[in-house]
Amino acid sequence: MKLKKRIPVIDQGDKQGFWGGKFGGNFVPETLKKPIEDLEILFNKLKKDKKFINERDKYFKNWVGSPTRFIKLENLTKHVGGAQIWSKVVSDANGGAHKIYNATVHCLLAKRSGKKVICGDTGAGYAGKMLSMAAKKFGLKCKIFMGAKDIRRQQPNVRAMKKNGAEVIPVYSGSQTLVDAVSECMRYWVANCDKVAMCVGSTVGPAVFVRICGWSTSQISRELKTQLVDEFGSVPKKLKLYNCVGGGSSSFGFWNEFMDYDKKQCEFIGVEAGGPTKSKKHAAPLTYGSKIGILHGAAQYVNQNTDGQIEETESISAGLDYPGISPLHCFLKDTKRARYTAASDEEALNAYKLVTKFEKLRPSLEPSHAFSVAIAESKRFSKDTIVVVNSCGDAYKDRGIIEKRLGKKYV
Amino acid sequence: MSNPISHAFKKAKSENRPALLTYTVAGDSTKKQSLEILKSISKKVDILEIGVPHNTPVADGSQIQTSSYRAIKNGVKINDIFKIVKDFKKFDKNKPVILMGYYNMIFQYGENEFLRKCKISGVNGLIVVDLPWPENKKFASKCKNRSIFFIQLLSPTTTKNRLKKIIKDSHEMIYFISMLSTTGGKLKVSSKEILSNYDKIKKVNSKKNVVIGFGITEKTIKSLKKADGLVVGSAICREITNSIKKRQNPVTNVYNVVNRLKKKIK
Ligand SMILES: Cc1ncc(COP(=O)(O)O)c(C=O)c1O
Repeated sequence: MKLKKRIPVIDQGDKQGFWGGKFGGNFVPETLKKPIEDLEILFNKLKKDKKFINERDKYFKNWVGSPTRFIKLENLTKHVGGAQIWSKVVSDANGGAHKIYNATVHCLLAKRSGKKVICGDTGAGYAGKMLSMAAKKFGLKCKIFMGAKDIRRQQPNVRAMKKNGAEVIPVYSGSQTLVDAVSECMRYWVANCDKVAMCVGSTVGPAVFVRICGWSTSQISRELKTQLVDEFGSVPKKLKLYNCVGGGSSSFGFWNEFMDYDKKQCEFIGVEAGGPTKSKKHAAPLTYGSKIGILHGAAQYVNQNTDGQIEETESISAGLDYPGISPLHCFLKDTKRARYTAASDEEALNAYKLVTKFEKLRPSLEPSHAFSVAIAESKRFSKDTIVVVNSCGDAYKDRGIIEKRLGKKYV
Repeated sequence: MSNPISHAFKKAKSENRPALLTYTVAGDSTKKQSLEILKSISKKVDILEIGVPHNTPVADGSQIQTSSYRAIKNGVKINDIFKIVKDFKKFDKNKPVILMGYYNMIFQYGENEFLRKCKISGVNGLIVVDLPWPENKKFASKCKNRSIFFIQLLSPTTTKNRLKKIIKDSHEMIYFISMLSTTGGKLKVSSKEILSNYDKIKKVNSKKNVVIGFGITEKTIKSLKKADGLVVGSAICREITNSIKKRQNPVTNVYNVVNRLKKKIK
């Protein structure tokens, strides 16, 4: 299995949508073959269309807000005493997280295809919130599927979706989390694909959704590359990019522009959710050696039992609480371009405490996972190593959980 | 050796009626009871579809989901399903059995091993919901080599060109999904429209046995009588759920539903 240079990773899949010959694909009911093919044709055309790209960039700049800040975490760096720790504050983006990029592009595509309604899944509620914002902006009706457990634990984002006029549909099947929300959203699309567009909330799902999402979030690394050059004169000789990985959309977007650099120069570290220390359940298929299986239309490493039933996950962060992982990351793992590890609930909470103690930054529980590993590893690195953590979400949505676990003063 | 599925269609045709196909989930509500249900309805049914329950089904509505989750919760595993088929075949060896499920279950078991077990236990056909054409070409030919029908699915969204290619690659039986829906949806298009799509398929190749499924209940079955076969799934799964709620015997209740369905197409 080999990563090619000078070809965007999203375009390195084969004709049937498999990366490395075995990750991704289109394991979908016959009914979805046509709508997926239509979307592929539309996306392949528009991503080469200058006018469309200008339109995208206009919205990214004026509406999403670009670039998001790239800042040095001086106090944290001093405290840790190793590498320079920086952060790309993607939570600056309109709505408070990276999910806005994919949502915006999907709504632009939906408009082009003449659809009036868009549906989407959400876990942490950010994908849903952003889709509701973009749908409102572009005059589309919006339906969001969300696990009942996630609705309970991510109330601020649920309120935002409703305020934007989206219908939030609770999903009660299975573990009542993101995995069930994606399934229900796909089922809704199966039954309504003639009139409704679907947005998958991360770089997961049938191949075209993986590609659209990765193409959209790559805005993050385009900005970062410019900011690095502005700051250091060139891309640093020792650069390490830490990002939490749920489905993998923010991490992929954070890394994409640096793909062709040698990994000795630009290393990618993906941090999955290890779950509670005491629990056997986790949401870290790449770290804990899960087998390849099919979930939501794509072949990927996925937590499952020997029969092929998808296993329940557990994580304090709803956004990472997913048994599978993007085919792009399976590909990056097996080609050894990226390295994957996990942080537990407790480690993420500790990292949150540390970051908020030293910096004016409040990463949500998802990026707190990435901070945890970045901080631990930075201790060992030389001072000329540039560690960048993607702070891809704001903690406002987590206030309930944080208050319960850490007390009022951390909210 | 010819496949008993072909016989079932021939027999129904000789009686001037569509074949009746039922779908029940293996292990719903228990392993033992699902076998009892199969035995009790087998006299009335031409082909038995047995669902392999999966916990992230992307094409099933709430009734089949409920049945599937119940079966998984009650501990059914793939090997139990092969045993159910085997035990059923001891009881009625000529009745065709089709397994219907999602590809990950087959993938984890290993395609070859799965097919070997199908053969030993007496499975005659396979429907894999999320392994569409052309992705299914290789697996379909493996099935064919073992005289197991791989049943291709067609939907109202299938384009004309694609339709022709799929039919060309299909074995003797084809499954036409009546409308854009998950299983168990209300029939939201007219029978006339469904049958007109059905005719388009038959026109490409009249020799293939085309069954219609999705949205078929006691209310709607008669209007689609002219098809080669009709599949009823969610209506039966719902009956099992209701029987359990009312503390009645699902075996007799399901039998009664099937009996009424059969009378409507005679
Ligand atoms: C703030 C935040 N970070 C990360 C994720 C994980 O998703 P992904 O890996 O697709 O970026 C989510 C998902 O909801 C999120 O809300």
